[in-house]
Amino acid sequence: MSAHPTSAPSTDKAAGGLAPVRFLGGLDYSVVQQCMHCGMCLPSCPTYLETKRERNSPRGRIALMRSIADGELPVTREFGEEMYYCLGCLACTTACPAGVDYPVLFEHARAEVESAGVLDTPTRRFWRWLTLRQLFAHPWMLRLAGRLLWLYQASGACRLVREWGLIHLLPKNLRDLEPSTPVVRRRFSDELIAETETPAEIRHRVGLLTGCVQDLVFSDVNRDTADVLLANGCAVETPRSQGCCGSLHAHNGDLEQAREQARRLIDRFDLGRLDAVITNAAGCGSHLKHFAPLLADDPAYADRAREWDRKVRDISEWLVEIGFRAPAPAATGPGPGCRVTYHEACHLCHGQGISAQPRAVLRSIPGLELVELRDATHCCGSAGVYNITQPEQAAKLQAEKVAHIRATGAACVATANPGCHLQIQNGLADPAVPVRHPVSLLAEAYRAEAETPSA
Amino acid sequence: MVVTGRSMDSDAIQALKERLGADRVLTEREDLIPYGFDGTAAIKEPAACVVFPQNTDEVAAVMRLARERGLPVVTRGSGTGLSGGSVPVPGGIVLCLVRMDRILELDTANLTMLCEPGVITKAIDDAAAPHGLFYPPDPGSMKISTIGGNVANNSGGLRGLKYGVTRDYVMGLEVVLADGTVCWLGSKCVKDVAGYSMKDLFVGSEGTLGIITQVLLRLLPRPKAKRTLLATYDSMENAARTVSKIIEGQIIPCTLEFLDRRTCQCVEDFAKVGLPTEAAAVVLMETDGHPAVVEDEAARMAEVARENGALTVELARDEAHALRLASARRSAFAALARIRPTTILEDVTVPRSRLPEMVRYIERMAAEHGLQIATFGHFGDGNVHPTFLTDERDTAEMVKVEAAMEAIFAHTIALGGTITGEHGVGLAKKNFLPAQFGDASMDLLRLVKRSIDPAGLLNPGKIFD
Repeated sequence: MSAHPTSAPSTDKAAGGLAPVRFLGGLDYSVVQQCMHCGMCLPSCPTYLETKRERNSPRGRIALMRSIADGELPVTREFGEEMYYCLGCLACTTACPAGVDYPVLFEHARAEVESAGVLDTPTRRFWRWLTLRQLFAHPWMLRLAGRLLWLYQASGACRLVREWGLIHLLPKNLRDLEPSTPVVRRRFSDELIAETETPAEIRHRVGLLTGCVQDLVFSDVNRDTADVLLANGCAVETPRSQGCCGSLHAHNGDLEQAREQARRLIDRFDLGRLDAVITNAAGCGSHLKHFAPLLADDPAYADRAREWDRKVRDISEWLVEIGFRAPAPAATGPGPGCRVTYHEACHLCHGQGISAQPRAVLRSIPGLELVELRDATHCCGSAGVYNITQPEQAAKLQAEKVAHIRATGAACVATANPGCHLQIQNGLADPAVPVRHPVSLLAEAYRAEAETPSA
Repeated sequence: MVVTGRSMDSDAIQALKERLGADRVLTEREDLIPYGFDGTAAIKEPAACVVFPQNTDEVAAVMRLARERGLPVVTRGSGTGLSGGSVPVPGGIVLCLVRMDRILELDTANLTMLCEPGVITKAIDDAAAPHGLFYPPDPGSMKISTIGGNVANNSGGLRGLKYGVTRDYVMGLEVVLADGTVCWLGSKCVKDVAGYSMKDLFVGSEGTLGIITQVLLRLLPRPKAKRTLLATYDSMENAARTVSKIIEGQIIPCTLEFLDRRTCQCVEDFAKVGLPTEAAAVVLMETDGHPAVVEDEAARMAEVARENGALTVELARDEAHALRLASARRSAFAALARIRPTTILEDVTVPRSRLPEMVRYIERMAAEHGLQIATFGHFGDGNVHPTFLTDERDTAEMVKVEAAMEAIFAHTIALGGTITGEHGVGLAKKNFLPAQFGDASMDLLRLVKRSIDPAGLLNPGKIFD
C-alpha cells in the first residue's frame, strides 16, 4: 500500500477550531450529517478501488471531515494529504442515494486545510500564489504567459531546449510535465470571436464563456461553439477578457479568491438581456452553476448570483433544450461508419448530470457512428491539476482510459472538457485518433453541409 | 487513542506488523476514524487497529495472536451492514477481508463457484453470467457488499420468494476458528448428510463463531427471459389480495416488491416516474424463466392485478420500459434517504398473509408518535422495510423513534414474525432478540457460542451479550 506522494514536511498545527474562519465547522451541520455511510459510493471511487482503504473513499473522507466539524480531530497533515488525494471527480455524488453535497464538503475541507496551513512549504506557497493569485486571477497575465508559451513553442525554442539538454535545468517534476505541455493557439478567443455576433434570425440571446485554458489552448472550440449557437438562432455575446471563473480556486481551497472571480465574471455579463450563459468546459460548468451558494452572504451579488445559476448552461445541454437542428448529410463530412467514442467528463456527468445531451449531439451528425466506451464515466486522471499534484495515480487512470478507448477501435474520441481533452490526447499520443469536443464535430458538420451544393 | 477493556498495546501492534507487514496494519487516527461504523445509522465505536490479511494463513495467524493476548476480533468486509455487526469492539482488532477478493474456481460441470470472502457480490454474478450461470441473491448493496459479509448475515435481496437467500447457495465454507484452527465444512455434493450441517451454523452467525475465509457457492442456469409489470392500487389490501391470488394461481414471481403511500409520494417527488398521486400501494412484479412460460405468467399476473382492483397495470414492452418501471422500486431508498438527515432502515418480517396488517400498524405508529415512517419491501417474503426519516441529533424525536420501533418489533413478534428478515441482529436489534427467542432459545444460542468461542473473542457483544 503506497502512500500518495507528497512534497511537504510535517507541520502539524492549528486545529480547525483555532483557525480564524471555520470552514467545515461553519457549514450547516445537515450537510455534514447527510452521509449515512451506506458505502454505495465505494465502488465508484477511483482512489478507494486503488487502495481499498476506507480513508481513501468518499464516506471515509466525509467521516474525517465530520470529525473535524465536531472538533474530534484537529486539521492534520494526514487529513490535508487525504483531501488532495481525492480527485474531486464527483463519481460518488452520482452513486450516493442520500444526495450528499460532496462538492461543498470537498471545497470546504480543502479550504480548511489551506487555512490551517498543514501542507504549507515555501515552494508550495509560491506556486499557489503564482497560479491562484496571479496567473488565474488576472486575465492579462494568463494571456501574457500564454503568448510567451506560444512563442517558445512556435519559434522552435522548445525543441532546442530539449535537444541541448537545457531541459535538465528544470526541477524534475516540471521536466516530467514538459512533454505534456499543451500547445498554445496562435490566436485566443477574443481574436476569433467578435463581442457580438448575430444570426439572420434571432431566437435566443446568449452569453458565451471563453474560459481560461479553453481560451489559450482550445480557442477553436470556443469559435466552434459560437458557430453552432449562431446556426441555431442564438445571438452570441462574448465579453472581452473574461478571466477564470474561479473553479480552480474553489477546488483548491481558496474560496475567498473564488468569490472574487465569481463577482468579476458576473460583472462582465449583462444578465438581464440574456436567455442563457453558455459554457463548453465541464469543469467550469459544474462550478459556474453554483455561484449562488458561494455568494449567498454577499448582499451586493446574492440576487445576481441566483439569476446567474439559473441561466448557466453547458453547450450540449442548451442545444438539446432549444431543439438544435441536425446537420444534413454532406459531401465532405465524416465518411459513413466513422466511429467516434465518447468519454464523459466527470464534471459533466457527475457534476451536472449531463450524459444524454452530448451523445444526442454526436448522434445527430450524419455518417458518424457512436460506439460506447467501457467505463465512460470513470475519471481519466486529469481532475483539474491532479495530474500535476498526484502524477502516479493520475497516470494509472489515464492508462485505463486509453486502453478502453483503444478497445473501441474508434477513429476519434469526443469529450467536453479541456482537462480531459489534454489528458486523453497525451495518453493516446496518436495523431491518427484525434480528441475532439462534440461541439467542434457538430460545427464541422454544419460547415460541410454549407459547402455541399444542395441537390 | 483511548480504548477500554482489553486493549491493543504497542507490543500487539508490533506483532501484527511482523505477521502482516506494516502497510497492512492501520493505527493512525485518520486511518481508523473511517472504520468506526458500518452502514447502520447512529452506531459508532472507534477502531483500535485495522488489519488486512491476504490469505487464510494470515487470518489464522492474526487469530492466534488475538487469542494469546485476549484481544477481541471484529471481521469486516465492505462495512455495508445494517445492524452494526461490523462496528468495532472497544480495544479490538478490525479484521478487514477486502483484500482476499479472488474467485478461485468456477466449476461449470458442477455449477459451483469457490470464492474468497472479499469478492464483491455483484462480481460473482458477473463472473457467472458469461457461462450462462446465475447467482440469484441480490442484496441492495450488491455492488460493494462482500460475499463473506453476505454469508455471515445470510443476506436476502429482491429475489427471495422464488430463489431464496444466501444460505440456499452456500455448499461449503472454510472457516478460521477462535483458536486459529482452519476447518472446511460442506462439499460440492448436492447430497451431503455427513455429520451436523456445520456450514449452516456459520451462515448468519455474524462473525461471532468463526471467520469465513472461503465460500463454495451453488449456481443456477441463467433465466432466459424476464417480464416486468407495475400495478398501482388505492389500498394495500387490494395489493395484498393480488399477491395472494398470484401465488394461489401457482405462479412464483422472482420479484414481488411493494411501496406504501408515503414511499410512492416520495418516489414521485424525487424520480417523477409517473405514479398516480392517489396510489396507496405500488407492486412491482417480475417473472423469469423460459420465454414461453414467462409470457404466459406475465399475462396472467396482469389479469389477476386487474381483477383485484388495480388502478393501473403496466406490462413492460421492452428492456428499457422494464427498467423504467423498476425504477419506481429501485429509487425508493434514494428518494427517502434525502428527506431527513438520518435514515433508519428496518427489516421486520411477517408471514406473507399478515403484511397489510403490518403496514397499517406501522402507519398507525408513525401517526401516534408524530414520526415520518415510509414502508417498502418484499411483498412475497413478508419482509417490510419501515424507514424512519429523522435526525439523530434531535434527542426528543429519537426517543419517539425508539418507542415506535419497540412497538413495531413487539407487534411483529405477535404476528408470528421476526425482528430481522435480512439485516441481522448485530448491535441494533440485540435488545429485542430475547422477546422473539424466549429464554430456552437464548440459552441455546449462548451454549453454541461458548462451545465454539469459549474466550468470547469473536465479535463479542453482537447478537446477544
